[in-house]
Amino acid sequence: MTTAIHTELDADGILLLTIDVPGQSMNVITPEVQADLAAAIERLKTDDAVKGAVLTSGKASGFMAGADLKGMGALFGGGAALPEGKSKMAALFDGVFGLNKLLRDLETCGKPVAAAVNGLALGGGLEFVLACHYRVVADNPKITLGLPEIMVGLFPGAGGTQRLPRLMGIQPALMYLLQGKNMSPQEALGFGVVQEVAPAADIVARAKAWVKANPNGGVQPWDTKNFKFPGGPATALNPNFAQIFVGGTAMTHVNAGDNMNAPRAILSAVYEGCQVPMDLAIRIESKYFAKVVADPQAGNMIRSLFVSKQAAEKGARRPKDVPPAPTKKVAMLGAGLMGAGIAMVSAQAGIEVVLLDTTMEAAEKGKAYTADRLAKKKMPADKAQAILDRIKPTTDYADLAGCDLVIEAVFETREIKARVTQATEAVLGPNVIFGSNTSTLPITGLAEAWSKPENFIGIHFFSPVEKMPLVEIIVGKKTGPAAIAKALDYVAQIRKTPIVVNDSRGFYTSRCFGTYVQEGLALLGEGTTPALIENVGKQMGMPVGPLAVNDEVGLDLSYKVAQQTKADLGDDYKGGPGEAVIEKMHELGRQGRKNAKGFYVYPEGGGKKFLWPDLVQTVAGGLAASQPSAADVKERLLYRQLVECARCFAEGVLETPQDGDLGAIFGWGFAPFTGGPFSHMDTVGIANVVATLDRLAQQHGARFAPPQLLRDMAARGDSFYAQAARRAA
Amino acid sequence: MTEAYIYDAVRTPRGKGRKDGKLHEITPIQLATQVLQAVRDRTGIDTADVDDVVLGCVSPVGEQGSDIARVAVLNADYAETTAGVQINRFCASGLEATNMAAAKVMAGEAMFAIGGGVESMSRVPMGSDGAAWAMDPAVAYKTYFAPQGIGADLIATKYGFSRNDVDAYAMESQARAARAWAEGRFKKSIVPVKDVIGEVVLAHDEHMRPGTDMQSLGGLAPAFQAIGEAMPGFDAIALMRYPEVEKINHVHHGGNSSGIVDGASAILIGNKEMGEKYGLKPRARIRAMASIGSEPMIMLTGPEFVAQKVLQRAGMTKDDIDLFELNEAFASVVLRYMQALNIPHDRINVNGGAIAMGHPLGATGAMILGTVLDELERTGKGTALVNLCVGAGMGTGTIIERI
Repeated sequence: MTTAIHTELDADGILLLTIDVPGQSMNVITPEVQADLAAAIERLKTDDAVKGAVLTSGKASGFMAGADLKGMGALFGGGAALPEGKSKMAALFDGVFGLNKLLRDLETCGKPVAAAVNGLALGGGLEFVLACHYRVVADNPKITLGLPEIMVGLFPGAGGTQRLPRLMGIQPALMYLLQGKNMSPQEALGFGVVQEVAPAADIVARAKAWVKANPNGGVQPWDTKNFKFPGGPATALNPNFAQIFVGGTAMTHVNAGDNMNAPRAILSAVYEGCQVPMDLAIRIESKYFAKVVADPQAGNMIRSLFVSKQAAEKGARRPKDVPPAPTKKVAMLGAGLMGAGIAMVSAQAGIEVVLLDTTMEAAEKGKAYTADRLAKKKMPADKAQAILDRIKPTTDYADLAGCDLVIEAVFETREIKARVTQATEAVLGPNVIFGSNTSTLPITGLAEAWSKPENFIGIHFFSPVEKMPLVEIIVGKKTGPAAIAKALDYVAQIRKTPIVVNDSRGFYTSRCFGTYVQEGLALLGEGTTPALIENVGKQMGMPVGPLAVNDEVGLDLSYKVAQQTKADLGDDYKGGPGEAVIEKMHELGRQGRKNAKGFYVYPEGGGKKFLWPDLVQTVAGGLAASQPSAADVKERLLYRQLVECARCFAEGVLETPQDGDLGAIFGWGFAPFTGGPFSHMDTVGIANVVATLDRLAQQHGARFAPPQLLRDMAARGDSFYAQAARRAA
Repeated sequence: MTEAYIYDAVRTPRGKGRKDGKLHEITPIQLATQVLQAVRDRTGIDTADVDDVVLGCVSPVGEQGSDIARVAVLNADYAETTAGVQINRFCASGLEATNMAAAKVMAGEAMFAIGGGVESMSRVPMGSDGAAWAMDPAVAYKTYFAPQGIGADLIATKYGFSRNDVDAYAMESQARAARAWAEGRFKKSIVPVKDVIGEVVLAHDEHMRPGTDMQSLGGLAPAFQAIGEAMPGFDAIALMRYPEVEKINHVHHGGNSSGIVDGASAILIGNKEMGEKYGLKPRARIRAMASIGSEPMIMLTGPEFVAQKVLQRAGMTKDDIDLFELNEAFASVVLRYMQALNIPHDRINVNGGAIAMGHPLGATGAMILGTVLDELERTGKGTALVNLCVGAGMGTGTIIERI
């Protein structure tokens, strides 16, 4: 086994423990780190020549990040045979308690141990630090200290939920634990989480000095008899303690809803653990950790929100044999809301932008969008100016010369798009990659206007561009690998998350998201209480209710899209059950937020919107006598999306479940706690999904009918990710 | 089964549950002691015949802790053989204590038993005893815990009671209580509270605000809007349980909710032989008793269900009941009860209630049982149904019938 922690005993008998995990740019907790630490603890306990220790990092990149999330797969699901007489949960507990106990052994080794923290300490990294008796951090304000595990559905399982409250008090600790927020060295000092902030060059010396001066310092405050819990006694009869948990639980419940496991596990671990001594407290923590890990939720979240996301950003879908093709200068056609946003993120990434529109006024307005947003972000003037200087507004196609990527975001009609496409080709020639930001028109058709359709691709942004993390890359029938590589390299430059899908009406995201809205309309048309539709939508993890989101998009737009689709498809058009609702609203001139009346009423002066009181009467002739349950509404809103996602997979619009999950979560806000629709279907079990869809199809129509692909998978006992893993292998 | 009869019913006046309240200087053990002594002295019974004293108390910690009922028995110089037990059914504790005392008599376990309650809310504040329900995160999550006021406002929203409706109800409660006091309708049961030198410190309900009108009520800010809508945002939790509601209309405030007060109560219940032994005339018999649980988040709709249950137990319908008494925890609770059971306002809480006079949690149930008994006697009526809404979705009810 290789060495992960180097040891060096100085003349004062202080053992310097330098964590330096081989083959990694950043220290993470590996089995080697744990084994080396165990050996060091043994030496501290048994070797009289060793008076104490200092724990530091050998990496310039920082002290230590937490567990290696990619390596955590083994924890989830497992598969190893259970030790005799052990339940699955008990075995899991043993597995997760090891590190927790190891850090407890460190803090009870009987000799003073100080941490010298040179850089970021996150998750398990910070938990190592907290288990030391004295903590010195380098005085670099950029250093982040925190326990961000909750961001991927986990929580600190190596004493973090117990030591942080005992250091800083329960209330602030809960804030950091539940929000996954990081703190700077100065903040940590203020909270008593660290005892000293010193120049980076001095931290080891300062830590050693403390060890030398405190031969009896090897006891944590919470292991002393007169320990006073910051913020008052941690007992149920302390009204402050009670109040923190009444309020904290309510706030967490409100923010995280009913769906997330980790926040409630953190609350329980802190509530129960803080009332008992540390040896018991860490066991309680590990039990809750085991519960969280045993549920598929954390594994699903880690896979999509962390592993798949990083892989996508690092080019998982990029054609391997195309050389890197970074964009230096982009031709941005159209300076409307989307064009202006794309210009902004491009310029921010250091890319020159030629922002073209039909009038100079429009082009300038598009550039002003960036100035306005940067001012709101309070960016220093000189930095902002450098970004603005990269955007050149123009009306002249000749100014596009020298651009190595084109992005088009003009009006959504084929004629206009074809015209600007040809005008651009006249200047740049057909070898430049042309990306269209269309959200509705099939790419294959649009590509006909570019002489080399292999260089034509869809680059679909979401609004507002500077905030939305996803870009949907659409591959037309003739799109070639160079175009895909170029588009993905560009998305990497602007630091967004790409998915790659094949051409289809509405592509993947718009098509599937639309079903959520349409099912909401269908429910409304049946006379369902509007508040029930909206509240259930939010409670199932969608960012907003289906009616509210339709109001934002504009009911007039929904009407126009329906009419356009009807015209395009002719006899093939199948109107959705909510169509009559949209037609009625259109008839009444209710367009949504834009004219302050849609499904909601938007009071003048910015008062809170409320559901239009006459809504059900107007569109459904009144409330249905028999109302669906919240569970029924949730099932319809969820499965209508799931079945459409499955169809996209069956039709080849999607090639991987990873694209499907990332696109859903980051494109339309599909319940992130599920890990995305494909993870969710796998978790529920494909056979169960099919059974539910068959029942819903019988009750509500063919829009719920499962595609043959799902039936075949169910028959094989297959899952989307198992299938993807076989393909990758 | 043995019949259980009510032989006496007493209560202290209710003092404002604040530092400037008249009963703030009186310890809760004193409140309990004085009502027990009053029962003994008014009836002339030998307390050796009292087998048990059951007292409700909702925050049984500190000076209300450690079985205040037995300690009150000792402090009141009852026979050493009289046992005492403290129970907690939240707001219905006093009525539950009476029901338990009656059950002991019916079962033959007791000859005499006393049911009642005590709560010094000024000295032992609500919530002093902690609660897994509210603060254990796992439990609060599971039960969609929100404070009662949110449930009361949700009831108003869901069943269509406006701010005007609840304020009008509160105004009437004040007017009825003022009239009842002016006409001396409570005098049979009130035991003035004395201090350590034997002087009376309080002889009337201190919390009342006679002359309360819609204008003065209208000026009060909703009490639960901030915790509902801002921090920590309990409304959203309520909507998880009741997603058909768009938004909670916050209508309750201090003026249309029960007052925080100090007080104690006791009811002497015994079998027929005990009455004969002491020449006491039974004032009423306990006809039926029941408790029930219902959905805990909205919390306060239990009375409707327990009323139906106890009526069924008694083989009666609501039309067989002359007077209804439902604790005025919040105006919407009573309005919903009247709406659900179709009870006219002139048959319920005819002498006002806790909105005007206050709700000393553990004591109230036995207080309002005494109040309605006095009213039956005053008006020559026969039957009454006493009800309280109870924390965590429960309800408790008792039907009494004059002999």
